[in-house]
Amino acid sequence: MTTGVTIREAGADDAVDGVRPRWVALPETVEEIAAVLRDCAERDLAVVPVGGGTKLHWGTPPERCDVLLDMCCLNEILEHAAGDLVVRTQAGVTMDALAAALAEKGQELALDVPFTEGTTVGGTLATATAGPRAFRYGTARDLLIGITVVLPDGTIARSGGKVVKNVAGYDLGKLFTGSYGTLGVISEATFRLHPLPAARRWITAELDPAEVPSIAAALAASQAEPSAGEVDRPDPRGPVTLSVLVEGAAAEARAETLRALVGEGDVADAPPSWWGLISGDEVLVEVRFPATGTAAVLDAAAGTGLPLRGSVLSGRVLLESWGAIGERELAEAVSGLRAQVEAVGGRVSVLAAPYAGVDRWGQVSGLPLMRRVKERFDPGRRMSPGRFVGGI
Amino acid sequence: MLDTLVAALRSLLPHDSVITDPVRLRTYECDGLTYHRATPGVVVLPGTAEQVARVVRLCNDFGVPFVARGSGTGLSGGALPREDGVLIVTSKMRAILEIDLANRRAVVEPGVTNLAITEAVRDRGYYYAPDPSSQQVCSIGGNVAENSGGAHCLKYGFTVNHVEACEIVTPDGDLVTLDRMDPGYDLLGAFVGSEGTLGIATKVTVRLSRAPEAVTTVLAAFESIEQGGQAVSAIVSAGIVPAAIEMMDALSIEAAEAAVACRYPEGAGAVLIVELDGPEAEVERQFAQLEEICSGAFELRVAAGPAERAAIWKGRKSAFAAVGRISPAYIVQDGVVPRTSLPSVLAAIDRLSAEHGIRVANVFHAGDGNLHPLVLFDDAEPGAGERAEVVSGAILDLCIEHGGSITGEHGVGVDKSRYMPRMFSEADLDTMQLVRCAFDPQGLSNPGKVFPTPRLCGEVPGVRKGVHPLVESGRAEQF
Repeated sequence: MTTGVTIREAGADDAVDGVRPRWVALPETVEEIAAVLRDCAERDLAVVPVGGGTKLHWGTPPERCDVLLDMCCLNEILEHAAGDLVVRTQAGVTMDALAAALAEKGQELALDVPFTEGTTVGGTLATATAGPRAFRYGTARDLLIGITVVLPDGTIARSGGKVVKNVAGYDLGKLFTGSYGTLGVISEATFRLHPLPAARRWITAELDPAEVPSIAAALAASQAEPSAGEVDRPDPRGPVTLSVLVEGAAAEARAETLRALVGEGDVADAPPSWWGLISGDEVLVEVRFPATGTAAVLDAAAGTGLPLRGSVLSGRVLLESWGAIGERELAEAVSGLRAQVEAVGGRVSVLAAPYAGVDRWGQVSGLPLMRRVKERFDPGRRMSPGRFVGGI
Repeated sequence: MLDTLVAALRSLLPHDSVITDPVRLRTYECDGLTYHRATPGVVVLPGTAEQVARVVRLCNDFGVPFVARGSGTGLSGGALPREDGVLIVTSKMRAILEIDLANRRAVVEPGVTNLAITEAVRDRGYYYAPDPSSQQVCSIGGNVAENSGGAHCLKYGFTVNHVEACEIVTPDGDLVTLDRMDPGYDLLGAFVGSEGTLGIATKVTVRLSRAPEAVTTVLAAFESIEQGGQAVSAIVSAGIVPAAIEMMDALSIEAAEAAVACRYPEGAGAVLIVELDGPEAEVERQFAQLEEICSGAFELRVAAGPAERAAIWKGRKSAFAAVGRISPAYIVQDGVVPRTSLPSVLAAIDRLSAEHGIRVANVFHAGDGNLHPLVLFDDAEPGAGERAEVVSGAILDLCIEHGGSITGEHGVGVDKSRYMPRMFSEADLDTMQLVRCAFDPQGLSNPGKVFPTPRLCGEVPGVRKGVHPLVESGRAEQF
C-alpha cells in the first residue's frame, strides 16, 4: 500500500460499529490522506475516517470497511489569528486542546462537545453535534467558515476561507458538516471565534415538568439574553432540573432577571455536573422540535421510559439508555415517540443503537437529492458506505 | 424553440403572467449591476410554487435555461437574464404566509421584501436580523440566493444563519422542502448562497430575533483612517462584539455630505460608526469601554434616540449612491480581508489610486474586514473606465493575497466568475460543481453564473441502478 504512510493491521478494537477493518492508516498530512484515498480507490477499498473514536458507533454500521483512516496524527493548530477571531486547525486536533490554546488569548470556539475528552474537530464536524450554547451561537455549521476536504478519489478541495464574511462559491463546509464521513475526509477546518465572556452564571432549579414549557418560552424571549437553557430528567417519571446559562458583561444582574423568570433556583458560577454531557450512548435518540412542541416532547419522552437531557431553548434533547433495552422495545419506543414528535413539527433520529431493526431517521424530504449528492462525491460508495440516512 | 415554449407557458399561466413585448422585456435586462445587460427571451410572473415548478419542468422539456429574479437589486449580475431563456420573476409571490412568534419564525413567499418581515413583527418586539442596505426593496428569495449580509452581520451572521427551511423548485422541476430540522446532508446550507444555480426558493421559513433591550449608536470622528483602524482593533481586543462597526474615509464622507447633508464632523479623515446592542447592563459596560478606546477621536457623538441613530446611519447608508455627486461614474467593489490586514490593504489601495490617477472612496464594514471601495471615474474621459476596471480588479487581487475573499456579500454572479480561479484551485471549483451536477445535471438553472467554466456533468460512473443489493437483502434501510 501507499509508501510513506504508516499502516498497521487492524485489531478488534478498531471495529466500526462491529465491522472490523483490515488496516488502519495513520496519515500525517493532507497529501498523505489523498495518497491513501487514491490507493484505496485503485483497489476498491472502503474507508471510514475516525478522529477520537468517541462517536464511531453512531450511525448505522458500514456496509464494508477495509481501511480505518485514523486522523490522530493531523493534530496541529495551524493558525490562530487572534486579532481576526479566527482559527485554522487540522481535523485531528482535540476540542479540549483547541479550547486550551484559544483560551490563552482569551478566546473560544463556542461549540460545546458532549464528551469531556478525546473528541476531535473532525468528528465534531462530521456528526454535527450541537451543545447547550447552540441557542446563542448556532451549531458547527454556523461557526465553520472554511474547510479542506479530501474526496474519495484523492482530490484535495477547499471552500470558504479564513474570513467570516465570504460568499464566493458553494459552501462545502455546510455539506460536509453532519455528513458522517460519507462524502470524503474532513482534513482542515477554519472557525470564527468569540471572546471568552467576562463572566458566566448558571441558574439551576428543580421543576415540575408541566412548568417547563412556559418558563422556556419566557427565557427564550428574555432580553436578558441567556446563552443556553438545559434540562436534565434522569428519572422519566420524576422532576426536571432546569439550568440556564447567562454569559458576558453584567452576568450577575442578568442572572437575577432570569431567575425571576424561572421563579426560583440557585445562581452559581459553575455548571451542574451533567451540563451538556452525554452519560451513556449505547442507545442515543435525538429529538428536535419547535418551541411550541416542548410539552408534547417532554410527555412523549417520558413515555419511552428513557432518561432525557438537552436544550429546551434551542429545541434539541437527547434520550439515553442507562439500562438494557431490547431491540423490539426500542423500536416500539422510537416509533411511538416519532409519531408524537412529528405531530408537533419535530423530528426523531436514532443516533446510536446496537440494533438493525430500528428506523433510525424517519422521513427525510430531501433524500433523493441527498442520494444524488452522494453519487457525485462518492460514485464507488467507498466512503463510510451505509452509515447515514437512507443507507447513504 | 422559444416560440413553442412561449405557447406552452401561455397555456400554463394567466395571460398577464407571460411577457414577450420587447419594450416590457427590456425592463428586466439587468439587475443592480447595470453594465451587464441581456434582454430575456421571455419573462414569466408565476403566482404559486406549483406554477414555478411547471415553468421549470417546461424549461427541462425544451432544454431551455432559466434565471430567477426577485427585486433585481443584486450587485453581481446574478439575475442577468438569458436571451435564449426564461426569466422567472417572483414579484407576484409576496405574501407573508405565517407569523409564528411562539416559535420565533415566519413563513414567507420569495417576493416578500426583507424589511416587510421586520415591519410585520416590530411592534411585538421582534425583527429579522439580516439587513442588506437594499432591505426596503430586496426580496427574501434574492437574499437566500445571495446569502445576504448587511451592516449587522458582524454579530448576528448572514441569511444562512437565519433561514430555518426553504421550499424549493429543483432544477428539474420538483418541489422539495429543505429543513434544518431534517436529518441528512445540510442541503439547505448548500442551497443558501448558491446564487440561483441549485434551484428556486418558493417559500422561506426565517427565524425571527428578539429585539435587544438596549441599542447604543456611536459616531467617532478621527483625523486619519489609521487612527480609526486602531480603534477597531482595540474594540476587538477588548472582547467586545458590537452589532456593527462601520468606517468611512474622507472622500466618502464628502460624497455623503453632498448628497444627504449628514453633518458628520468637519475635517474628519475617517468616521467610525459603532453600534452596541444587547441587555442594558451589558451595553452600558461596553459603552464605557468604547469611550475609553475612542479617546483619540476628536469628536464622539452618541445617539440619544431612534431619530439621532437614524441621522448617524444616514450618511453611511447613502454612501454608494452619494458618490454619484462627486463622480460621473463609479464601480462598487466588494472584497474581504482579515480585519488585521485592513491598514496595509488600505495603504495599498491608496498607492493603486495614485498610480492610475483614479480616486477611490472607501466605505467598509470594518468589523469583519469587508471593504466596499468605490472606484470613481469620468466615463466621458477616454480610457478612464478601463483604468477604473484595472484598479477595481487589483483591489480584488489584494484581497486574495491577504487571505481574504473576492466577495463578502454581493455574490459572484457574472461579474466575478473570472476571478474565481484566482481564489480557488481547479480542484476546488470542480468539487463545488459536483454539487451543481447533483442538483442540476442539465445545467439549466442560472447557467454562466458563479463558475468561470461550466462543467459537463455526464452520467455518474459506477452508480448502481435499481434496488441496492443490501436493501434487497434487508441489511440496509430504504425510505
